[in-house]
Amino acid sequence: MDDLLREFLTETSESVALLDVELVRLEREPNDPGLLSSIFRLVHTIKGTCGFLGLPRLESVAHAGENVLGKFRDGELVVTPPAVTLILQSLDRIKSILSVLEETGSEPAGNDADLIERLHRAEHGDFGESGAPAAASAVLEEIAAAVTHAVEHEEAEVAHPLPATQAAAAVPAAPPQVQDGAPAKESAVASQSIRVGVDLLENLMTTVSELVLTRNQLLQILRQQKETEFTGPLQRLNQVVSELQEGVMKTRMQPIGNAWGKLPRIVRDLAHELNKKIELEMRGAETELDRQVLELIKDPLTHMVRNSADHGIEKPSERVNSGKHETGRIVLNAYHQGGHIIVEIADDGKGLPIDKIKAKVIKNGLATEAELAQLTDTQIQQYIFRAGFSTAEAVTSVSGRGVGMDVVKTNIEKIGGTIELKSVYGQGSTFTIKIPLTLAIVSALIVESAGERYAIPQLSVVELVRASERAAEGENRIERIKGAAVLRLRDRLLPLVSLQEILQLEPTAAEDSERFIVVAQVGNYAFGIIVDRVFDTEEIVVKPVAPLLRHISMFSGNTILGDGSVIMILDPNGIAQATGEMIASERNAMAKQEEQATGLDETTALLVFRAGGVGPKAVPLSLVSRLEEFDLKDIEMARGQHVIQYRGKLMPLIRFDNSKPLATTGHCPALVFADRERAMGLLVDEIVDIVDEQVEIQLQSDQQGVIGSAVVAGKATDMIDAGFWLTQAFRDWFGSVDRYVDQTGHSNSSTGRRILLVDDSPFFRNLLTPMLQVAGYHVTTVESALAALELVERGERFDVIVSDIEMPGMSGFEFAEKIKSDARVSSTPVVALSSHASPADLDRGRAAGFDDYVAKLDRDALLAALSETLAEHRSAA
Amino acid sequence: MSGKEIVLSGGNALAHASHDVAEYVTTIVDGQLFGIPVLQVQDVLGPQRVTRIPLAPKEVAGALNLRGRIVTAIDVRTRLGLVKRQGDHRAMSIVVEHGGELYSLIVDEVGEVLSLPADRLEANPPTLDSGWRSVSLGIHRLEGRLLVVVDVARLLDFTRAEAA
Repeated sequence: MDDLLREFLTETSESVALLDVELVRLEREPNDPGLLSSIFRLVHTIKGTCGFLGLPRLESVAHAGENVLGKFRDGELVVTPPAVTLILQSLDRIKSILSVLEETGSEPAGNDADLIERLHRAEHGDFGESGAPAAASAVLEEIAAAVTHAVEHEEAEVAHPLPATQAAAAVPAAPPQVQDGAPAKESAVASQSIRVGVDLLENLMTTVSELVLTRNQLLQILRQQKETEFTGPLQRLNQVVSELQEGVMKTRMQPIGNAWGKLPRIVRDLAHELNKKIELEMRGAETELDRQVLELIKDPLTHMVRNSADHGIEKPSERVNSGKHETGRIVLNAYHQGGHIIVEIADDGKGLPIDKIKAKVIKNGLATEAELAQLTDTQIQQYIFRAGFSTAEAVTSVSGRGVGMDVVKTNIEKIGGTIELKSVYGQGSTFTIKIPLTLAIVSALIVESAGERYAIPQLSVVELVRASERAAEGENRIERIKGAAVLRLRDRLLPLVSLQEILQLEPTAAEDSERFIVVAQVGNYAFGIIVDRVFDTEEIVVKPVAPLLRHISMFSGNTILGDGSVIMILDPNGIAQATGEMIASERNAMAKQEEQATGLDETTALLVFRAGGVGPKAVPLSLVSRLEEFDLKDIEMARGQHVIQYRGKLMPLIRFDNSKPLATTGHCPALVFADRERAMGLLVDEIVDIVDEQVEIQLQSDQQGVIGSAVVAGKATDMIDAGFWLTQAFRDWFGSVDRYVDQTGHSNSSTGRRILLVDDSPFFRNLLTPMLQVAGYHVTTVESALAALELVERGERFDVIVSDIEMPGMSGFEFAEKIKSDARVSSTPVVALSSHASPADLDRGRAAGFDDYVAKLDRDALLAALSETLAEHRSAA
Repeated sequence: MSGKEIVLSGGNALAHASHDVAEYVTTIVDGQLFGIPVLQVQDVLGPQRVTRIPLAPKEVAGALNLRGRIVTAIDVRTRLGLVKRQGDHRAMSIVVEHGGELYSLIVDEVGEVLSLPADRLEANPPTLDSGWRSVSLGIHRLEGRLLVVVDVARLLDFTRAEAA
């Protein structure tokens, strides 16, 4: 292939790429004369060059296309979608000829008579394909074109004697300076830049990388010398090399828009195919990144935009029905953030349908219904990144083949990037991709294992922990579960892998000597790599490993360190995979969910209010019977206590905050707690909200009336002790027996029974204890089934045992079986307390020996169940 | 990095022009004389610091730094199924280029460069060890000893050897 042809190919493929974009724009702005001229000029140039180089096929297609475009430009034809489709098809033909030309150096055999014929017909206003699918619209267009044609015809004739001004006359809207100005601007830009082969740049990069390494070596030597005359020049060299490196890196940078070039065309074609209206907006196309990274994200990006157009954006009628504009929007946004590029792909389509994802997850066996029930919507949406998942109901030609987002995710993670998903059903989805700017030079942590040094890319290192197999109290200790090393790291158990083991190295360090753990993160999976020593970080130039070694997934490359030695670069992805990451991470995630599940079964509806102090307060909604707002005028005093006439009775009112006197006018919200025939009102300042939360008491409180603090709706919230406030009212109102404070008081015949309450959750123990005490029971609480069995072993006897089901260690079922099989206590009734009260649970509970099964937080049911159970047993005894 | 850096003890600069003559860098591995086509040879190195590469095929001795380029070192003894070098014998390396990559062939000794008439290359005797036969282009009869001409491409392709 001669240089001329190569030049032509480069230039033409650029023009063709530009044409793709411009034509799609033209379809939206058919009356932009500037745009039309620029398109015309591009095609004209292609045609001209082809003729010059003797490429007849290309020339004839370009020529026919140019004729049609000429009519557009001169206003003789109206720009319509079918017309643009036809031009785009010609463009595709040009592209396919070009690609053969590039490979073989000559045009492929064949002819384009069909296309040219259609272009000729189009020239006369007939855009119908053979067997025209859009016949009706074609007819309309023909009429429109004919009318335009007739009108323009006159003008053209008038202008005929002056051909030079024909274009200007026919397109009166076109300001002449646009046509004159544009080429001038272009050539100005052209003189500022030169075309350089990628090979040359790559070579330059390699050379600079080597220079960097040599520089590092020199600096290392310099550090060992005290004072030498080389110090000054070497520092200068250091600086210059850094600048050079930066400069060369810049030459590799390309605007991300280069990866987006094809998207307008893809979206346009998709929209037509699927009968949708889609607008693609691209922001930050000038954001630059390394071309290597660019190449790697091109496909994932294209795939995601296709997905948005195919699955995300609804049909116009659907959109109108749901109150949206009939044209859907896909927004691509790229920007720099630190050493990363963030690319967002957002659409205002239908979002991810949780129900369909759930159904699919269950159908594909990725999780069970019970597991899904414990997940938040966001967690469920993450399933789209799992292998073998696709939500499209029908497989379209575009997407929905099930090789979708998992591949995208893998590809992005491969280059050290991450992908996040946010989606609101009905409102659209946003994917956020975070990728490193460059892959060529990375910062790496140098570690040692079994006497050999390795580099770990800093990007995937989260932190370093010092630990050993036999650590003293308070130090980090590597623990083992059936040989598997783990580390307790703050709130979680971190799986560990030993570099020496996975690389099959001979151990050199003593078993119990101190180790370092490099905590690495791959996607959502965090794990620790055990190494013997950690050195500092170094900027390294990643070089691919020799082909002989490519199959070793543990290494992503190799490099030369400052001291001149070769070092292998570890690939955290490979290590994670080699340690069964896929299974492990899922197990991990599942363990986490289980943890959450057993921690407090499920969310509790909480009433959040404000009363006294700054922070919000909360109480389980199920304990509150009603919310009222009392007029302060109506509040009376009786026996030194605020009371109100409420439903024909006097109800005591307790103020949460007694520090200030109660106002006399206005309204005051109150929580009404009803306990059988009794009721009391708790006056608060403001009722804030009702939220569903997983309640975990994190700080115990010694303040009266407060169980402790928990995080509710993202804020530290005091959980109030409803039992305490109830007794405040009862004691003062009934005045006789102080059943809450004096737990030995036997006030009536049905009370004084001993209850053993087994529940691992302090929240429930704290909540139920006062309530049961209020009801007259003696309450003993333990936090586990084992502790309860110990009490029984010690000879403690109870009238009734109330036990939670989901507990760590021994479950409630096992506990009930143990009790029922122990002759000493088998007659003691056991009541199950659980948030899961399905018929199946009931059956299982009864089979295990539970006498009754009560839903948590249903205090009336619990009290009723207790008295019934006790009554039964008494009559049976 | 070119053949020029090798000490041309044979003084065969003129013979280079002739098509009938093939030039070999000679080397000795476990007492056997081998010849490596000189045009593929980039460099001859003395003992080097080699970084071990875990999990690599057993023939790979490691990687070393040759003026800023990373070179994969191949232990020719292991490759040819010979016993490991005994003691602290200072090994030599012949750096060859194959498929754009550099490989350092660790051998026992490197000898002179020989120019041999191409038409005197004889086919491998059928009795030759099959492993050796696969990496040998043929045999040259020299005075007093035989020279095995190494097929560098085959020598660097272990997958075949391992499968056999």
